[in-house]
Amino acid sequence: MLLANILVAGLLTGAVYALMALGLSVIFGVIRIVNFAHGEMMVLGMFGAWALNRFLHLDPLWAMPLVAAALFLAGYALQRGLINRFVARPEHMQFLLMLAIAIMLTSAMLMGFGPDARNVQLDYAFDSYDLGGLLVDKVRVLAAGGAVAGAALLWAFFRFARTGKAIRACADNYLGAQVVGLDVKRLYAITFGIGAACVGAAGSLMLLLVDVHPYLATDYTLLAFIIVIVGGLGSLGGALLGGLLIGLSEALSGFFIDPSMKSMFSYGLLILVLLVRPQGLLGRRL
Amino acid sequence: MLSVRDLDLFYGDAQALDAVALEVGEGEIVAIIGANGAGKSSLIRTIAGIHRPARGSIRFAGREIAGEPSHRVCEMGLGQVAEGRQIFPTMTVLENLEMGAALKRARQGAKAQLERAFALFPRLAERRRQAAGTLSGGEQQMLAIARCLMGRPRLVMLDEPSLGLAPVIVEDVFAVIARLRREEGLTIVLVEQNVAISLALADRGYVLENGRIVMTGAGAALLADDRVRQAYVGL
Repeated sequence: MLLANILVAGLLTGAVYALMALGLSVIFGVIRIVNFAHGEMMVLGMFGAWALNRFLHLDPLWAMPLVAAALFLAGYALQRGLINRFVARPEHMQFLLMLAIAIMLTSAMLMGFGPDARNVQLDYAFDSYDLGGLLVDKVRVLAAGGAVAGAALLWAFFRFARTGKAIRACADNYLGAQVVGLDVKRLYAITFGIGAACVGAAGSLMLLLVDVHPYLATDYTLLAFIIVIVGGLGSLGGALLGGLLIGLSEALSGFFIDPSMKSMFSYGLLILVLLVRPQGLLGRRL
Repeated sequence: MLSVRDLDLFYGDAQALDAVALEVGEGEIVAIIGANGAGKSSLIRTIAGIHRPARGSIRFAGREIAGEPSHRVCEMGLGQVAEGRQIFPTMTVLENLEMGAALKRARQGAKAQLERAFALFPRLAERRRQAAGTLSGGEQQMLAIARCLMGRPRLVMLDEPSLGLAPVIVEDVFAVIARLRREEGLTIVLVEQNVAISLALADRGYVLENGRIVMTGAGAALLADDRVRQAYVGL
């Protein structure tokens, strides 16, 4: 039963990881830019939710849509004003640009919030549900529920909304999108905004589970990469699957060996996938 | 309706178009012929706003459009059926057509236009839920044409619509092009390597060589010209 508890906790945390990784996957799948500032944006989302809680006493769950909207706007402006100019440039320039953005974000958060870990006080922080012996933390259920809702919204947007379909068209055939008269640069800006909104939402939810400090950023960037590569670069289903798998692997290694060993197993999983199925579990082609 | 003057285009240091000039009147079918690499696709893409010219003027329906981005050019009613069809392979036939009607000028009346597209190409209606990448080459070409029509263009530029298609299908495609002019009053610019069939259909033609217009005249006259026949028709 203890093992079952661990498995469920791992899956629930994995759902939040999945939403974070979805953001990275959407950005790469459409714009073909690797967002090396992804973890920094995640931590920015966490601090956003923290500030909303500290000053407006908003639950991180309710802060989530606000933080997502704010990060959408920031992501849109960033792509429109800066990254669009780098889309056709060599990859090393894109890498340096995104790295610079990441470092600037971390520095700004250090200046704004300081290096100390911060958390939110919730009156339900230690509540749990008892499902026939299976103990599930309430915060984890809420966080996972928020992540699933975010992912479902994203799926519906790409499937049914006109703009969502137009973004898929850009990813499917860039020249074709220009030929039919889609405003590709604007759609790219919206795409980056959506990716940023996903990771911002994931950050708000993650604040339910862990404390936040600026140096978390690099860990989350690497974690998002592992998830997306394990699941398949550019595949949305892959990001979901990868997130859940990494959540499970972290929980199991923490339980059986030691919590500090969890990233070792995540990287182990990454190497295994790269060896056996380099395109990722649900990746299409390489 | 479309008037191009002194158009120069460079890819880095390489000149792809050199002082190209051409005129297309309303309701005309104008063919642009030339060998591989002569600059035909470069010309089409420059007019469509995908490439930026170094010099020259492109006027469409009384407005200067040189240097305008492609989505603005499309919005003015200058449509394109690109070389290699450029459909969206993982999206359904219906979604491909919807993308063609994403222009502001085409949103109203998109339903009626969809009916017309399906009437023109019944095969597409049968396969509307199928992923476009699974269609045959000829069907994909029909889809590319139908998708362009969804944007309700006044002038359509077709780039190598016969490329890679079986001769029977090529005839179908050209029959459709002729019908579009006859029934919808569309103005058409036709870029083709298949010189015989395109000059037979066109009112006028231009011969493009190494990025320059080297000859122009009525379609039938060009087709009868010895130099054209030797260089392009293989007679």
